[in-house]
Amino acid sequence: MSNIRTNRVIDTVFRYVGIACTFIGILVLLIFLGNILIQGLTRIDWDFLTNLPSRRPHRAGILTAWTGTAWLLGLTAVIAIPLGIAAGIFLQEYGTRNRLARIIELNIANLAGVPSVIYGLLGLQIFVRSLRMGGSLLAGACTLALLVLPVIIVSTREALKAVPSSLREASYGMGATKWQTVWHQVLPAASGGILTGIILALSRAVGETAPLIVIGALAYVPFVAESPMDEFTVLPIQIFNWASRPQEAFLVNAAAAIIVLLTITFCMNGIAIYLRNRWQKRISW
Amino acid sequence: MKPIEAKNVDVYYGDHHVLKGISMSIKENTVTAFIGPSGCGKSTFLRTLNRMNDYIEGFRKTGKILIEGEEIYNKKIRVEELRRKVGMVFQKPNPFPKSIYENVAYGLRIHGMKDKREINERVEKSLKQAALWSEVKDKLDKPALSLSGGQQQRLCIARTLAVRPSIILMDEPASALDPISTAKIEELIKELKEKYTIVIVTHNMQQAARVSDRTAFFYLGELVEYDKTSVIFTKPSNKQTENYITGRFG
Repeated sequence: MSNIRTNRVIDTVFRYVGIACTFIGILVLLIFLGNILIQGLTRIDWDFLTNLPSRRPHRAGILTAWTGTAWLLGLTAVIAIPLGIAAGIFLQEYGTRNRLARIIELNIANLAGVPSVIYGLLGLQIFVRSLRMGGSLLAGACTLALLVLPVIIVSTREALKAVPSSLREASYGMGATKWQTVWHQVLPAASGGILTGIILALSRAVGETAPLIVIGALAYVPFVAESPMDEFTVLPIQIFNWASRPQEAFLVNAAAAIIVLLTITFCMNGIAIYLRNRWQKRISW
Repeated sequence: MKPIEAKNVDVYYGDHHVLKGISMSIKENTVTAFIGPSGCGKSTFLRTLNRMNDYIEGFRKTGKILIEGEEIYNKKIRVEELRRKVGMVFQKPNPFPKSIYENVAYGLRIHGMKDKREINERVEKSLKQAALWSEVKDKLDKPALSLSGGQQQRLCIARTLAVRPSIILMDEPASALDPISTAKIEELIKELKEKYTIVIVTHNMQQAARVSDRTAFFYLGELVEYDKTSVIFTKPSNKQTENYITGRFG
């Protein structure tokens, strides 16, 4: 009978250890957020969002940085989404299950784990030098597209895999071709999962710094980009730049820019969660 | 010309010999029931009739299957056209996660029908044929998945009828339904027989006896006996058939 008592003690101990671990994680996050908010929130105003960078911290703004981030995100999405979804569809719906397919699958999964700075080096060699794009938005977007492509491909495949085969059979049974089945039935049913994957991939791209520095994104850009061939900077680089300055006032600027960046990522993740829930509710098998 | 004629058909999944030397012909405007214990090959045979096995890895077939006189595994046959002509209703109701209307219109659209009025007419007619129209006519834009299981299965039948097949294959169409829905489906099968040739796989012996004109008993991949339903259920010539229908095994 004493056995039960020890088991119960273990149960209780584990519960409190678990609660403690959870709270440590939340606490650290809250301290970090609070710290940033206290430091930076007062600095955020309309001028901060619409001013060009400057040597004087009080006049410096993040206009070029956030427009650069927006440009880059848009271009990356345009390049990576069609490629990623098409590759995912091919691998899941059309590709035959042979050795080569398995090797490709394994490699795509591995590519998702390659450090981003390596993608930067690849982008530097291929896009910046060989294709002579220079340190442009386009080169940056191509590099980031490579970086997030595995994430999109994998999540597309997972979403397609989750579509029950009875749906495909129903469509084939009506005399639909493979493409009609994929386009009219399977893709719409999988769109929630695919969309979630896309947004998570893009919110990863928003935060990337290393590959963009490697391909030569600038820290100081005194103009707003007007075409994909322009040079650019992005929010994380601006933050990195300000945070490494000795003056206290630039640290406040960095904190303010971090708040803007965090808001963007939180919003994107929020949209992803919202869409996932909405789709789950709409389609029940 | 016979709607369905199989000559010495053997089917393999990889090394597994699933169907052995099946020969049978099925007459127009009849209901034919395939019965037999699980794994006897009756569903496999049903699915070879509109080439739904094409997607299964390692599928191989020898012998001839003629639908309205044409060998359907011939390279010249367009499988999409074959499946329009030989429709299929599955075991579990599997409507598309779209509106009731779109479920029926889908087949028309993929086969190139564009005229809205024509589609509307065909949707209404198909739903009427499937005895579902009165229940859904006021909510055609509601999701098909909001219907009950029995209604969903009749919607699947309507969807199949919309593209004007001549043969309808049904793979245990009532096994997931309650007795009342089952009765409605059986009623429907009897009505549809006037215009279509129907083949139905069933585990329910009474159902086979109630709806079919002819019954085929499959066992271990072979067609053991194929005759008029009344003969199979009253004086089968084969001992195995008798054992199965009297419930001594299977």
